[in-house]
Amino acid sequence: MPKILTAPRMARCIGCDSCMLACARMVYKSFSPHKSAIQIRSRGGVMGRMVANICTACAEPVPCVEVCPTEALTTRDGGRGMVYRKAECISCHKCVEACPVQVIGWDQEEDKPIVCIFCGQCVRFCPHDCLEMVEVE
Amino acid sequence: MLHNDLVRILHIDLTAGETRAEERADLFHDYLGGTGVAMRLLAELVHDDRDPLDPAQPVVLAIGPLTTIFPVVTKAVATFRSPLTGEYGESHAGGQFASALRYAGYDALIITGAAKRLVYLVIDGDNVEIRPADALAGMNVIEAGRVIRDRIEGAGHRSILRIGPAGETRPGRAGIRYANVNVDTFRHFGRLGLGAVLGSKNLKAIAVIGQQHLDLPEDSRAYKKVYAEVYDRVLHTDAMKKYHELGTPSNILPLNELGALPTYNVRQGFFGEADEISGEAFAENELIAKRACAGCQIGCIHVALYRRPFAPGWEYESTMVAYDHELVYAVGSLLGVGDRGDLLRLIEDIDMAGMDTISCGTALAWATEAMERGLIQPEQFDGIDLRWGDAERYAQGIAAIVRGKSEVAQWLGQGEVQAAHHFGAPEYVAAVGGQGIAGYWTGYAHVLGHLLGARHSHLDNAGYAIDQKLEPYTDEAIVDRIIADEAERIVQTCIAVCLFARGVYDLETISRALGSVGIQRSVEQLESMGQRIYWERVWLRERLGFQARLEDVPRRLFETPTPRGQLEPQRVSKMLELYQTRRAASFAQ
Repeated sequence: MPKILTAPRMARCIGCDSCMLACARMVYKSFSPHKSAIQIRSRGGVMGRMVANICTACAEPVPCVEVCPTEALTTRDGGRGMVYRKAECISCHKCVEACPVQVIGWDQEEDKPIVCIFCGQCVRFCPHDCLEMVEVE
Repeated sequence: MLHNDLVRILHIDLTAGETRAEERADLFHDYLGGTGVAMRLLAELVHDDRDPLDPAQPVVLAIGPLTTIFPVVTKAVATFRSPLTGEYGESHAGGQFASALRYAGYDALIITGAAKRLVYLVIDGDNVEIRPADALAGMNVIEAGRVIRDRIEGAGHRSILRIGPAGETRPGRAGIRYANVNVDTFRHFGRLGLGAVLGSKNLKAIAVIGQQHLDLPEDSRAYKKVYAEVYDRVLHTDAMKKYHELGTPSNILPLNELGALPTYNVRQGFFGEADEISGEAFAENELIAKRACAGCQIGCIHVALYRRPFAPGWEYESTMVAYDHELVYAVGSLLGVGDRGDLLRLIEDIDMAGMDTISCGTALAWATEAMERGLIQPEQFDGIDLRWGDAERYAQGIAAIVRGKSEVAQWLGQGEVQAAHHFGAPEYVAAVGGQGIAGYWTGYAHVLGHLLGARHSHLDNAGYAIDQKLEPYTDEAIVDRIIADEAERIVQTCIAVCLFARGVYDLETISRALGSVGIQRSVEQLESMGQRIYWERVWLRERLGFQARLEDVPRRLFETPTPRGQLEPQRVSKMLELYQTRRAASFAQ
């Protein structure tokens, strides 16, 4: 069964950026928190709070996979979320537009998408246990 | 700067409306970043013969080589000539600023000159704009921050420094001499009046947007390993537990127990209502969330819900107010305010106006005693009759200081010490070296630390901790510890780590962290850098008028007993002589 990233306890978030820095450091070889597949934001309105923009690992048909003109994005084993192969990517931006929750970022230097690989590094470096990898059917 | 051993500086000349970038290898080599770089740049640019609020005076802001890329390395260091003391000004702040500046591609900012009208700066990487801020005149720090944030919405890390009405220059009147700079709502460049300096430059705010990409080193194994080690020590040892759990107000009860909580303008060291304003009481009743600076996993910022009825019929209004030990002391025990709601109200009022809470609290404490003694009258202070513990009158007093209309209000805005001197009663102002003391009443090292410390702050050398731990408690040992602790803290503030993580970032750890990103500095090199910068900073401070004098310790502080007994002027004199010996030996080298 595949594991997906969830953020079930965001009410505990202190806004430290540690998860973003972990994704940038461990996955995207970067010191810069904007190169991260998880993005923490404060959202105002009547319920001002911290939110996590993360891949929801859509069930089939996976929208970003559907629009990918090459084999760069394919459905993960188990049918939740996707697997990304950089070598196949033609930098067309279609996945970014197709993402229903707008969490596929863009790596300006590489000219490639920033997508979650469901590795759980952000969970390891969250000091408040806001994040969790969970197995799904 | 990472990867190139340079300090990249953005110069902003507000008079000419021009900006330029510059890179300096010498600064990186000799000073690394943070305190060292900011102190050195100020030494190069400050005018000894001009007023602190002269437009020609520089403001320097600097971060360090490890900013954001290691846990809890979150601070920016500001240097300026202090309008409160007239001498060296240094102040540190967290929030998102250091991180935003890092990803905007700068290690330091230098601001000189003054704009013709009120302006704010937007620094977005290489694009730097000076925008009009006339519409923001008189706006409190929360509203000013919101308006600017709405204008610069978008990608990247961002931070907004802003001053409140207290810092602004108005016709015929400079800002309050202890006006601060608000950083991203919950943090501040708090002490020594940087807000008034920005006000003198007609600079309402500085917004920084950081979107630059910084690659990891080719071989990043060492970096990831040291990062994870530091992370685990921050999170899974007791090194920083205190700051995370109750936060700094955990000090209130133990200090009160010791008789070391300055109360009623330091007429005593214990407060009868300490239980009501303790960290425990706040945590149990008002604490609703903790917040962190960018890159800090501790989250020491304790946010309270300040909820109060405003009309019959269960009508409530609420705001979120961050509280800390120093604030709880300065408008709590020092003024005899023992109600948490009252305290939050006063903290919020001072904060929104953009003032340093310790100096403001000290000024009000002095004024309360002066009024009690009949030295000043309510008629000289907008009709306000200050009384210990009466928060409503203190709130009126805060508003009066910001308005600056009456004689007492104007003088209180000139500074706690200036006001006390003007009205002829400096002997009972709770201030050392020109500004109000922090919330400890522990003994000689606290007083000496405030007097000798570069920021005249408890954070320079932690005299309050030396008082509580040092044995044998001899004059020599106290003086040497004050100097040694400050020199070590300089290394920590050169990399600009939060001093709450000082237990994690010993010199060995700093050396390894620097090494993991390709910056080679041995423990010995760091140690000698700290000592060199310590005495270099003393030299700069003396250029700007600093003298270590017994007369800058008011008589009140020799009257009220500490846990180390009643302090004796002769003994402080002796310690100052010892300090002069150390100074002479160092300057001779």
